[in-house]
Amino acid sequence: MRLGPDTRASLLLYASFAAAILLAIMPMPAWAEDFRPDWVGLVLIYWCIATPQRVGVGSGWLLGLILDILYGHALLGLHALTKATVAYIAMRLHLQLRMFPRWQQALAVAILLFVSQLIVLWVRGAVGRAPQGIGYWTPAIVGLVLWPFVFAALRNLRRRGDIR
Amino acid sequence: MITVFGYPLRSPSPFARLVLLAALSTLLMVLDHRGHYLDRLRSTTMVIIRPIYAVAGLPAGVIEAVGDFFTTSRTLRHEVATLRDETRELKARQLSYDALQAENERLRQRLASAARVATRLMAADLIEVAAEPYARKIVVARGSRQGIFVGQPAIDAHGVLGQVTQVAADVSRVTLITDPGHAIPVLNNRSGLRAIVFGTGDPDILQVRYQTASADIKPGDLLVTSGLGGTFPPGYPVGVVHKIIHDPNEAFLDIHVRPAAKLNHGKRAILIWPTRAPLSAPNPPAHGPARK
Repeated sequence: MRLGPDTRASLLLYASFAAAILLAIMPMPAWAEDFRPDWVGLVLIYWCIATPQRVGVGSGWLLGLILDILYGHALLGLHALTKATVAYIAMRLHLQLRMFPRWQQALAVAILLFVSQLIVLWVRGAVGRAPQGIGYWTPAIVGLVLWPFVFAALRNLRRRGDIR
Repeated sequence: MITVFGYPLRSPSPFARLVLLAALSTLLMVLDHRGHYLDRLRSTTMVIIRPIYAVAGLPAGVIEAVGDFFTTSRTLRHEVATLRDETRELKARQLSYDALQAENERLRQRLASAARVATRLMAADLIEVAAEPYARKIVVARGSRQGIFVGQPAIDAHGVLGQVTQVAADVSRVTLITDPGHAIPVLNNRSGLRAIVFGTGDPDILQVRYQTASADIKPGDLLVTSGLGGTFPPGYPVGVVHKIIHDPNEAFLDIHVRPAAKLNHGKRAILIWPTRAPLSAPNPPAHGPARK
């Protein structure tokens, strides 16, 4: 079967999201759980910056909803809300973010991830079970450290797959 | 361009879309939190997501398989020896246990109280552990087709694991006692003090709340299920008091409890049918998790 270049690009894009989702739900030892970065958030932010006309608020929302369903015990709609918000901010700032040097970009990404964690914390607090402890915030820091690698890997994918 | 009655319809701006979707997700959350409107939907999705989790679990499975392969024969021999010793010891204990049970039965008869019928058990393989941090739940490979019901207690060889909170045809979700939404009524085995043990989200720490400084509880005390609330049968170990912090500024003691069950170990949970709970029409858990 021959695929058109655009279909192929879309498939690659979906594949990157699928990989992020699998990484997000992959079983890990309990001690490593706090260090699991927000894979879906990272990949979503990248595509919002690189191809805002393809990936935006709607895609973010849908991804979040998939995560909610997969987690199974989170409030349905919680991650949908945070991912849509993150996608919106990343989309709005995509021109500035593209211009930033890599470390500054990583910092901005960490702030975005922090914001999404904050929304989760608020909603959880409102329904009466807010996570406690500093361990809750480590994924944002891990995201900061991982961003340059995620960026490089996805840029590579984007160039090879000619995703515009 | 799409037109509606001749008017061109522009696709909404990103901000409008965000507002719309945020409202939609809030609606979903309210439906999910307030009512149990989405329960049916959830038990359906639980079946759909199983294969996805199976794929996500592959790397861990491969690592484990490779690890098993390289287990040396020495370790195995050592393990066999330990297991043999253990079997011998358990058999010896079983002897005295049988005698004790018979005696217990006789005493009960004399007291004319209802004898505890042997509890029905069912082992269930763990197929999934919650990926979301701070929620302590597991999914086991037994469901309504095997008679599992919501509110059913789950234990392991060492103590109480939690209770079933969602049931699909062949799988069900168990909320562990360490889940922040879970509470279980207990009795201090030493002093008889009644208390409620709450989950904290931390896999090693449970919390006893609402105990004043004068409560008869101290580190090392074993807490067992009290049977109050009707969800858990009485007498199963829940945890051991680990640390008591008395802050004079607080009205209540901060009591930390180590769970007795090995919540993070093993691949099997045991589901039990409490003797007095009806098999066909289970009550919703009175002290069940204060639903999210």
